[in-house]
Amino acid sequence: MDAIKRRKLINSLILVLSTLAALFGLLWLFWILGTLLYKGLGSLSWEVFVGDPPAPGDNTGGLKHAIVGQTIIVFLATVIGIPIGILAGTYLSEYGKGSRWANFVRDLSDVMMSIPSIVVGTFVYAIMVKPFGHFMGLAGSVSLAIMMIPIILRTTDDMLRMVPPELREAAYALGATKFKVIKDVVYRAAITGIVTGVILSVARIGGETAPLLFTSFNNNFFTLNIFQPMASLTVTMYDYAMSPYKYWQDLAWAAAIILTFGVLGANILGRVIAHYKFKK
Amino acid sequence: MAFVIEPSEPEKIVVDHLKFYYGNHQVLKDISFKVPEKKVTALIGPSGCGKTTLLRCFNRMHDLYPGNRYEGRILLDGENILDPNYDVIKLRIRVGMVFQKPTAFPMSIFDNVAYGLRLQGIKNKTELADRVEKALKDAALWDQVKDKLNKPATALSGGQQQRLCIARAIAVEPEVLLFDEPTSALDPISTAKIEELVVSFRDKLTVIIVTHNMQQAARVSDYTAFMYMGELIEFNKTEELFVKPKEKLTEDYITGRFG
Repeated sequence: MDAIKRRKLINSLILVLSTLAALFGLLWLFWILGTLLYKGLGSLSWEVFVGDPPAPGDNTGGLKHAIVGQTIIVFLATVIGIPIGILAGTYLSEYGKGSRWANFVRDLSDVMMSIPSIVVGTFVYAIMVKPFGHFMGLAGSVSLAIMMIPIILRTTDDMLRMVPPELREAAYALGATKFKVIKDVVYRAAITGIVTGVILSVARIGGETAPLLFTSFNNNFFTLNIFQPMASLTVTMYDYAMSPYKYWQDLAWAAAIILTFGVLGANILGRVIAHYKFKK
Repeated sequence: MAFVIEPSEPEKIVVDHLKFYYGNHQVLKDISFKVPEKKVTALIGPSGCGKTTLLRCFNRMHDLYPGNRYEGRILLDGENILDPNYDVIKLRIRVGMVFQKPTAFPMSIFDNVAYGLRLQGIKNKTELADRVEKALKDAALWDQVKDKLNKPATALSGGQQQRLCIARAIAVEPEVLLFDEPTSALDPISTAKIEELVVSFRDKLTVIIVTHNMQQAARVSDYTAFMYMGELIEFNKTEELFVKPKEKLTEDYITGRFG
């Protein structure tokens, strides 16, 4: 009887401790979100979204240049990253299945996922910025794409491998070629998973600053030219937060809110799609 | 020591000293028999006897995986389909297959049945619609799905999905249809419906069906091949094989002494 009592006591103790630990972890998330909203919400206005960059000391102006720059950089990174990531994932799961080379590429891509992002930034600086002689938005996209590819590759590979082999065999049994089987059956069966992977990878790179510092750098003017330095929300936020002007600091809070909720939104969207898929 | 008869009907497929290897492991050991045209031939035997492996030789499904090797010949209308130069795509159009688990593609009911037709380049909408309808009617599924042809096929029940797979396989009008334990994942009512279909194909196309259910083999087939440990032990008319087995092993198996 004593032993059972003791076990029950330990059980309750562990339950309390693990619940507290979970709450402790969540606390920071809500603290960050709370602080962001408390400090940043007041700075959010229509002007923030449509205003041109503020002049030093001025109390008007907005983040249009950074929002548009961020969108262009992330969009281009996605355009580069999606086809390479998906095709490489397809190779690993379908064409190179089981081969040493495929396993090597898969391991390599896992290693790439953990490379510090600043290293990716300096690498792109060396191969693109230095030869051209100036920072440019495109270089930022390339470094973000380099970070995206292993994520998309891995999810695509995982999702395609979850497609039951019988489904492939059934298509082959009707006289389909390998390409047809992949395009018509395997991709269709895995599409929600692949889309989820892509969205999560966008969310993952959306908040990166380090790969952009050495590549797209920053621009205090609005530009659509991807061969020029380009502002992004992350780098702009860093610069404005460090500035002596109160208005700029407020804009940095606004940038933080826009970025956080953008990334959060992408994450939630990805998870909603994944949830929908598994419910089906 | 095997007992193998010559069917009285004309032969569709001749298996001639067939050996099959997964890597270095020999799974089929020198199998020879003739599959009669437009009849139902059942392959029975205990798990691991090689019946599914043999079935998958007829449409060269083994080609999909590396390390597999055939020896000997399989003649389809006199042509050796194991010849490396034989076009497997054409082979698989002539020899269809229905799998153990229903394998409905993640697309609409109509597109599932039309898939094989479209692969062959048929684009004419009326022709597609006609042939899909005919295939679904022949698979006894038309009345249940005719109002929801554009709904996803995965929403159908397991038995309906299996009949959909049969419709998909017969839509391309194959000469031979292979069934790999098509009812092992289904309930008794669905099983009965599939068996009715198999029987209805007799006299229209050549059917080869793998089953580990001996009653099923007895119910649906004209000829039965009993396999054991990769060897063909007995091939005979179904009623002969089940009533008067010629080999001791066959008798032991069908009377439930092992397996």
